Amino acid sequence: MSSWHRLIDYLTTASHWTGQAGILHRLEQHMALTGVSVAIAAAVALPLGLALGHVGRGGTLAINITNIGRAVPTFAVLTLLTLSPVGIGNRSTVIALVLFALPPLVTNSYIGLREVDPEVRDAARGMGMSGWQLFRRVELPLGMPLVMAGIRIATVQVWATATIAALVGAGGLGRLITDGLSSHDQGQLLAGAVIVAALALVVELLLALVQRQVDPLRRLRVAAATRGADVT
Amino acid sequence: MVLPHAADCLVRNSWICGKYLSTRRDTILTDLKQHVILTVVAVAIGFAVSVPLTLFVRRFRRTEGLVLGLTSVMYGIPSVALFAVLVPFTGLSGTTVEIGLVTYTLVIFVRNTLAGLDAVPPDVLDAARGMGMGPVRMFLRVEVPLAMPAILAGFRVATVSTVALVTVGALVGTGGLGQELSDAFSSYFKAEALTASVLCVLLAVTADLLIVTIGWFLTPWRRRRSA
Repeated sequence: MSSWHRLIDYLTTASHWTGQAGILHRLEQHMALTGVSVAIAAAVALPLGLALGHVGRGGTLAINITNIGRAVPTFAVLTLLTLSPVGIGNRSTVIALVLFALPPLVTNSYIGLREVDPEVRDAARGMGMSGWQLFRRVELPLGMPLVMAGIRIATVQVWATATIAALVGAGGLGRLITDGLSSHDQGQLLAGAVIVAALALVVELLLALVQRQVDPLRRLRVAAATRGADVT
Repeated sequence: MVLPHAADCLVRNSWICGKYLSTRRDTILTDLKQHVILTVVAVAIGFAVSVPLTLFVRRFRRTEGLVLGLTSVMYGIPSVALFAVLVPFTGLSGTTVEIGLVTYTLVIFVRNTLAGLDAVPPDVLDAARGMGMGPVRMFLRVEVPLAMPAILAGFRVATVSTVALVTVGALVGTGGLGQELSDAFSSYFKAEALTASVLCVLLAVTADLLIVTIGWFLTPWRRRRSA
């Protein structure tokens, strides 16, 4: 039987979708892990990044931390946390995922606010806006596309990274792959790989659409484009 | 009563353990060596593949969206899934890991090299043409050197992220230091986990510094400006 047949066979067997180790339960775990981790990371990182961006300080530090983060393997962090008092299971996974979601969130919200045209900021000040009003009515709306880009990058990254958690026995879609490997079930291995890859792309696409929707200048740009002109 | 001093840290399963380092030295070094080889081969092949790809995009500009789109999509596939999908074809082997690692470097190299070459000022190209340079000489003597900082930036990102990604290769049995992490997890061996993690980070930092140093020698004209 070819790999292709094994894959189709696995996916079309109803019992593989249900139960504790079934595809649907693994998907549910994966969504929960991603959702909780992104929510915690956003709650910590967005206020921090936005505050730093508003004040205009600490940006290089945030960007340096992002670069250091790239050098630390997720698998290493997961293993260390699992062997630490935190222990095996969801808590270790969530902590690791939150750690890797923080840098893009802080960096993007910082840069989003910093990139606001200084003239626009001056104009707002000249209109008598307070610091909070400037943040709430000018900086935040104009920085929104980059803030959303940060949320998209973080979510996509967490979704992908959550599969690695299967290497230290956590739940989620990665388990279809590790279980498939350890039981020499090529159908399950391939089904897991295809589902993980396909859903990663779907998540990325969906968030890209959301990101376009929250750009306050998009409607202006679209309108301008149809007139053949260019804003900015 | 004699306390088992020497075996202490292994028995207590300490995070830091000199005895672990001395007794398992050979295994650690073998895995470290495999890690370095996996990284170097992946980055080298990745760059070698990215060069014709980048030149193709520059020659046929309309393919830019397609090439960057496809390589980004491949970059978006989680590593565990990419390694797994290759297993039926290339087995539990180093080849599987290398194919995956190379795939992830492509978008980084193409995007950086392309940006570097595109950023060469048109008047510099005009001057080169005015000096009677042919297209090949102009490319090698003017465009590539001016794009070098961007190309090296690509090397830094590709190398550092490859060093981290190699560990996931443990999934299919060839993960360099990832193998140590995998062992450490299944035997609950703290010293092994910490040592492998620290070595991974040190390896990434060393590789990064090495590329920066190479860049310093390759772009002598940038040194004077910053001095």
